[in-house]
Amino acid sequence: MADALLSPAVGATMWAGSMATLGYSSKKLKENIDNKTIPLMGVMGAFIFAAMMINFTIPGTGSSGHIAGGILLTVMLRPYAAFLVLASVLMVQALFFADGGLLALGCNIWNMGFYPCFLAYPLIYKPIAGDGTSAKRIYIAAIVSVIIALQLGAFSVVLETLLSGRSELPFGTFALLMQPIHLAIGFVEGIITAGIISYVKKVRPEILEASNTLRPLNAGISLKKVLAAFVILAVVTGGALSWFASTHPDGLEWSIQKVTGKRELAEQTNGAASLFRDIQEKTAFLPDYNFKPVVKEEPKENEAPAWPGIEAGTSVAGIVGGAIVLMFILFIGFGIRLFKKQ
Amino acid sequence: MNFDEKYYNIGFLDQLSYKNTFVHRLDPRIKLIVTLLFLFTVISFSKYEIVALLPFFLYPVLLMTIGEIPLMFILKKVALVSPFAIFIGIFNPLLDSGQVFIFKGLAISAGWLSFFSILIKFTLTVSTALLLVATTSFPGVCHALRQLGVPSLFVSQLLFLYRYIFVLMEETMRIVRARNMRSFEQHGKGIKVFVRIVGILFIRTVERAERVYYAMLSRGFQGDMPTLKRFHIKAGDLVFAVSVAVFLYIFRFYPATEILGRFVQGVFS
Repeated sequence: MADALLSPAVGATMWAGSMATLGYSSKKLKENIDNKTIPLMGVMGAFIFAAMMINFTIPGTGSSGHIAGGILLTVMLRPYAAFLVLASVLMVQALFFADGGLLALGCNIWNMGFYPCFLAYPLIYKPIAGDGTSAKRIYIAAIVSVIIALQLGAFSVVLETLLSGRSELPFGTFALLMQPIHLAIGFVEGIITAGIISYVKKVRPEILEASNTLRPLNAGISLKKVLAAFVILAVVTGGALSWFASTHPDGLEWSIQKVTGKRELAEQTNGAASLFRDIQEKTAFLPDYNFKPVVKEEPKENEAPAWPGIEAGTSVAGIVGGAIVLMFILFIGFGIRLFKKQ
Repeated sequence: MNFDEKYYNIGFLDQLSYKNTFVHRLDPRIKLIVTLLFLFTVISFSKYEIVALLPFFLYPVLLMTIGEIPLMFILKKVALVSPFAIFIGIFNPLLDSGQVFIFKGLAISAGWLSFFSILIKFTLTVSTALLLVATTSFPGVCHALRQLGVPSLFVSQLLFLYRYIFVLMEETMRIVRARNMRSFEQHGKGIKVFVRIVGILFIRTVERAERVYYAMLSRGFQGDMPTLKRFHIKAGDLVFAVSVAVFLYIFRFYPATEILGRFVQGVFS
């Protein structure tokens, strides 16, 4: 997910969801953490970070990929700690590589952290892997849970992009693009995850056992908590959907406008209409996203705030003004540089 | 980008944050909040907006020039992560074919407008986020987060992560180099070797965490990582915050670029 494809409503909703999960996880973790886990988590984050940077060749394709590590971390650290570690890794990536962006970080933590830690691991990995003695079961569990977690994550990206309304990709096409790609990625990552788990189990079995002994404290995740997670999920998607519903009329109006043509409307933007537009813009923060019913007096007033500057009359002024603004900014930039050099 | 480059990239960004300019001296909390406000304002524009977004370039340009951050470095990083936004956005011109008139007679499809709008928003948001770290230092951002109410466990996690990224990356760099020297073309770069490498790296990591823990215990670690550095919000910080907020407000709610354009048009005609 990237900032530029996000609308404020979706971005804020996903931030709220991720921050709530983060707060809950750290509260839970604080209750039964021993101090030893704190450095382990930190160094483990750095491990995931470094492991992401090692490329490997994907068999049959010749292209290279890297792992995301959600299930791997959860198996090693349990859900709460793993969620914190994943969130911190994503945050460092957002800040240092601009991977995603700061506002999209909420979406990314949710897409890549919530699903593996709180859905795929307790509901799929643990029941299938059982007590972790059978290598075959670990393989199946890892592959299935990674695939499911990635599918959920990819589907969330599709939903978030769609609800934000910045991209024109229709739902079906986008989903058809995203889901199969992530199926393939998930399969490869599942094999790798299983391989690493079995390797660690073979060489240092006590590491996995140590995290197993932590289990009574975290006590897996009860059905109640899973239900609570689903409720949160429903509220988040429901909230986002309602925003979508309220922005949708804009799109409808616009297609109507497309049919009626634009030139006649353009003349009306200078007089009363632009005044109305100013007033409406000032009264409604984020004009696209207010909950107020769409104004119904005259069609030209409510379409104006949705795309100021693309009518024939105003766009020339827009281009001229834009060029001046950019030159001005460049001038300031170079001016400060020159001034500093002296 | 190969491994070494990625490594030095993080290191360089870190180095930049230790400069001592006006922007670097600002309180990290203020910078964080102002940056978030800026990002939020930028993405709140509707999907066909281009012209009104242009004045917002002033903020990253000011941060960059006053903070003495090299332009090419930021541009390169922006270009590096652009494929995703471009990939999603490029469908707009194909799918959204409504005609929009720029001059009398010259029309383009509305999809191009929304595509360029995505690109501009992308450049603005990515460069501003990068400039935040380049002018604040990661520990600074972390302490700001803690003072703003983010759980302390998560903040210590971030601080730990940041500290050990460099250590573990150097270790990984050695392993990757060893692999590359022993593998020709694509041989030895498959999944099997990868799993082994990551497995070994994992075990070394756990062992390192143990040593780190004992070292910390012997230095009096009790589960918290306090900082000696105290941040104070000075008058300069407030002036900065208020002026950016006013700037954002004006250019968000008044079509200033258009008014300017119309004014200039009026002068020349």
